[in-house]
Amino acid sequence: MSALPHKVGAEAIAAKGWLAAHKWLLLRRSSQIGILLLFLVGPWFGIWIVKGNLNFSYTLNFLPLTDPYVILQSLLARQVPEKLAVTGVAIVVLFYLLVGGRSYCSWVCPVNLLTDFAYWLRVRLGLKGSAHISRPTRYWMLGMTLVIAAITGSIAWEMVNPVSMMHRGLIFGLGLAWAVLLAVFLFDLFVMRHGWCGHLCPVGAFYSLIGRFSLVRVKLPARSACNDCMDCFAVCPEPQVIRPALKAIAGTPPVILEANCTNCGRCIDVCSKDVFAFGSRGSRGGRTEKIMQPGPPAQAGCK
Amino acid sequence: MNSETKPKGSARRQFLADTARMACGVGLLGLGVGLYARNATALPPAALRPPGALPETEFSAACIRCGMCVRDCPYHMLHLAKPEDPMPTGTPYFVARQAPCEMCEHIPCVKACPTSALDHSLTDITKAKMGLAVLVDQETCLNFLGLRCDICYRVCPLLDKAITLDPQTNTRTGVHTLFIPVVHSNACTGCGLCEKACPTEIAAIKVFPLYMAKGALSAHYRLGWVEKEKAGGSLVTPDAEHQYHTPEGLKYDHRSGKVIPDASPGTAAPGAAPPVTEGNPRGTPTFKALQGDKL
Repeated sequence: MSALPHKVGAEAIAAKGWLAAHKWLLLRRSSQIGILLLFLVGPWFGIWIVKGNLNFSYTLNFLPLTDPYVILQSLLARQVPEKLAVTGVAIVVLFYLLVGGRSYCSWVCPVNLLTDFAYWLRVRLGLKGSAHISRPTRYWMLGMTLVIAAITGSIAWEMVNPVSMMHRGLIFGLGLAWAVLLAVFLFDLFVMRHGWCGHLCPVGAFYSLIGRFSLVRVKLPARSACNDCMDCFAVCPEPQVIRPALKAIAGTPPVILEANCTNCGRCIDVCSKDVFAFGSRGSRGGRTEKIMQPGPPAQAGCK
Repeated sequence: MNSETKPKGSARRQFLADTARMACGVGLLGLGVGLYARNATALPPAALRPPGALPETEFSAACIRCGMCVRDCPYHMLHLAKPEDPMPTGTPYFVARQAPCEMCEHIPCVKACPTSALDHSLTDITKAKMGLAVLVDQETCLNFLGLRCDICYRVCPLLDKAITLDPQTNTRTGVHTLFIPVVHSNACTGCGLCEKACPTEIAAIKVFPLYMAKGALSAHYRLGWVEKEKAGGSLVTPDAEHQYHTPEGLKYDHRSGKVIPDASPGTAAPGAAPPVTEGNPRGTPTFKALQGDKL
């Protein structure tokens, strides 16, 4: 960390204004809460836009969306879904091939709201120290869930999966699922920084595999402007993905190619030098990527 | 950096140790989840699956816990299991005593299912097998007590097919009839309307999952009357009729168990002779005499 103690993102707020320094965060929270609300206005107010939950949903009796991970487990347990679910899988896989697999984690998954809150509180309370579990553990978890699906002949992981438990619980009734969610929250708060989403969750691990080939990426069109303030590392839930692209390690192009980048865009927000911007994998990094950047730096004066 | 100073074997050992640690930790967790999932493969007796649900072991593999069936049920009688319920989390069920299946003709829950968990080949709701009604308590069933409650019989959507009322003598009064509700497993869909409607404090008729409600004969058992019908006749050689030594001109009639005059003198084939009493004036007096003149 920088020797000079400073509030993360303060420089960006000073340079760009509060709104521009929180643009992607606000958009992301709107997306997470908005998607949740789309599911909730049905049971709450009888306005049925979306039925189902994140495992399978049917929007306006037209658009099927299926979680490919749960279908994979079902297939391993030797059951074949109906055509509608297969269509849903195709749409979801194509979508995340486009926008980045782990965008699911940061823009859709409700557990992210919980674990982000745990992280925020962890910083606020000044809780230092964190248990060490390596980040690839999630792939072991993923493998384990697939193996037990095949061995038990049932979608066993769905019995305990906090992701679907939270989403389903909020829509259909939580029951004791709150205890599981509290456990995840407390684990992230006291035991391990970014513990669940960053190290253990097999759902995120699965989507990261789709994200390995995805199109939309965080690029670094101005990486030479980096002043090593370290703010991006401080806000990033997967900080290991930034270094190769930012420091051009082993000739890495100015694109974050790591599958576990969640495309949350916080690095874009907190960078006062506008090093980062959303772009596509194929195009050459450069000033042309400026289109997707948050508001122009000229707005720095506004609060 | 350390790898430069340490011998190469140390890094390998570290890698192996890390891998073993991870495999053991995650493996233990997997074992726990797997055993938990194994324990939840049998449905608790009070919970029933929606129409067309696959057998329980396959159901937990096919159901992706999306709740579409719950949403498309017009009677809102389906629930998704919560983690504390004794069945796989997120799978749909209903409790007949609270809200039974109303047996919609178009079966919207099955149509809504995106997987094969609810069998899409089920198009006739009367062919559904959600469970089987069982008259569990003969001591409290009002019909067994001699009343004409008949409610289960009346509310059954498959009237006179799934439940019939079988008359039996009321031995307590000696003069009345008991109308005993009898459930027929070939017709009962397990919708639970009977259980819901049963007026006693605790239902005397209950719907159970099939595995609990239905017995099964051993595979080698054959029902004689069924086999006879299939074969179009008796499958065993008929017994040779017993031959009696009777006085001349008389014969033993197997049907009535009496000795009667022999109508066909000389050629009386065993069992073939019909008892002709009225049409034979010669034999009548003898017959009367033998019977002690009780005609």
